[in-house]
Amino acid sequence: MSERILVATRKGLFTLQRSGSAWKIAGADFLADHVSMVLADPRDGSVHAALDHGHFGVKMHRKSGNGDWEERAAPTYPEKPDDVVDTDQWGRPIPWTTSKIWALETGGPQEPGVLWCGTLPGGLFRSSDGGSSWEFVRTLWDSPRRKKWAGGGADLPGIHSICVDPRDAKRVQIAVSCGGVVTTTDGGETWDSAITGMRAAYMPPEQAYDPDIQDPHRMVQCQATPDRLWVQHHNGIFRSDDGGKVWEEITEAGPSTFGFAVVVHPNEPDTAWFVPATKDEKRIPVDGQVVVTRTRDAGKSFETLRQGLPQEHAYDLVFRHALDIDATGHRLVFGSTTGSLWVSEDQGDSWQTVSTNLPPVYCVRFG
Amino acid sequence: MVRVVFTPNLQRHIACPPVKVEGRTVREALEAAFADNARARAYVLDDQAALRKHMVVFVDGVRIRDRVHLSDAVPDGGEIYVLQSLTGG
Repeated sequence: MSERILVATRKGLFTLQRSGSAWKIAGADFLADHVSMVLADPRDGSVHAALDHGHFGVKMHRKSGNGDWEERAAPTYPEKPDDVVDTDQWGRPIPWTTSKIWALETGGPQEPGVLWCGTLPGGLFRSSDGGSSWEFVRTLWDSPRRKKWAGGGADLPGIHSICVDPRDAKRVQIAVSCGGVVTTTDGGETWDSAITGMRAAYMPPEQAYDPDIQDPHRMVQCQATPDRLWVQHHNGIFRSDDGGKVWEEITEAGPSTFGFAVVVHPNEPDTAWFVPATKDEKRIPVDGQVVVTRTRDAGKSFETLRQGLPQEHAYDLVFRHALDIDATGHRLVFGSTTGSLWVSEDQGDSWQTVSTNLPPVYCVRFG
Repeated sequence: MVRVVFTPNLQRHIACPPVKVEGRTVREALEAAFADNARARAYVLDDQAALRKHMVVFVDGVRIRDRVHLSDAVPDGGEIYVLQSLTGG
């Protein structure tokens, strides 16, 4: 089981270690800096942290094994030709510059050094040298479907989820807010966004099922059964059994089907967890109670898990990357916008509070 | 020669001491300043080589007007201050 948790927050990167049966904050890096994303690469023991310095832009740092942090190349957009007019679906200009690193994932086990990086305003990058350099995935950027993308909660569209198929590392699926689910089966040479079933109630009725305007908040893939994907969408929960082509909406899931985060058990595709919130503009826990919902039957039914979680006047929201599950499927962790962090070692049946005083949590990762 | 001075807040992330360079425009002077400090360039300029949204540059006490092409003139003996804007960030 994983004995370490990395916590990326608005004010630094924190490392948690398990000590006895309790989890303790063992270290802090980049204190006072925004850390928008963190990734531990099990293939070489490195850790990658994406920093957003605001005034000074987005930076990438890498720590190799037990070494020190080093600044590495940040994904950089190509020069925009003067005659190119690039706007989102609302007609707002798209800046060709990295404004946030919102997704960072390793390539396949047989691709040492390969990393994928998703950004706002919607650019995808690939590294083949462990993040020392980045290649802009031009094929996706030049795709006509990108013209239909738009920002969701952010002003700009962004890639927040990247699923590399464990059977075939050339099959990569990304989820975009707002731009639906886009798939390549040839390592990024071509892309397809043809999906059915996702529904967007925030669009005019005739466009509600348009695949390119969907707002998946987070997409995850079962490692043992990669054709099973789960999406926490702006409109609710969706499940695919065919590798992301057809999506079935789950309409009942405890107190709410709205939320941002989802994880799936690595070996049990029917088992997934969510952190619900009041829908749309009221983004707080339902009735001020922090709960986790769990299905073990592919979404037919849900349990509402609350043991160890605050049940009175709690207004913690959980961002899309702030829930994680370890490789065994037993341990879970989630952190909140109000700096709380909880760990479960029994698949969510009970939770221990690690802290209620962290900065707002952006991302948590076992590893 | 033109003197280029960077905000002390930048020093927390990357060494950026004042430098004297040749340059008739802000662009020429900054590119000369970054010639030996390439990493610092990305802290001040964005991917399109425009001034980052929340940075501001003064030439002899006057805020520059061209944030995209950095074409504002710099007199010989002038001083360029690269600072954080009080907006956003």
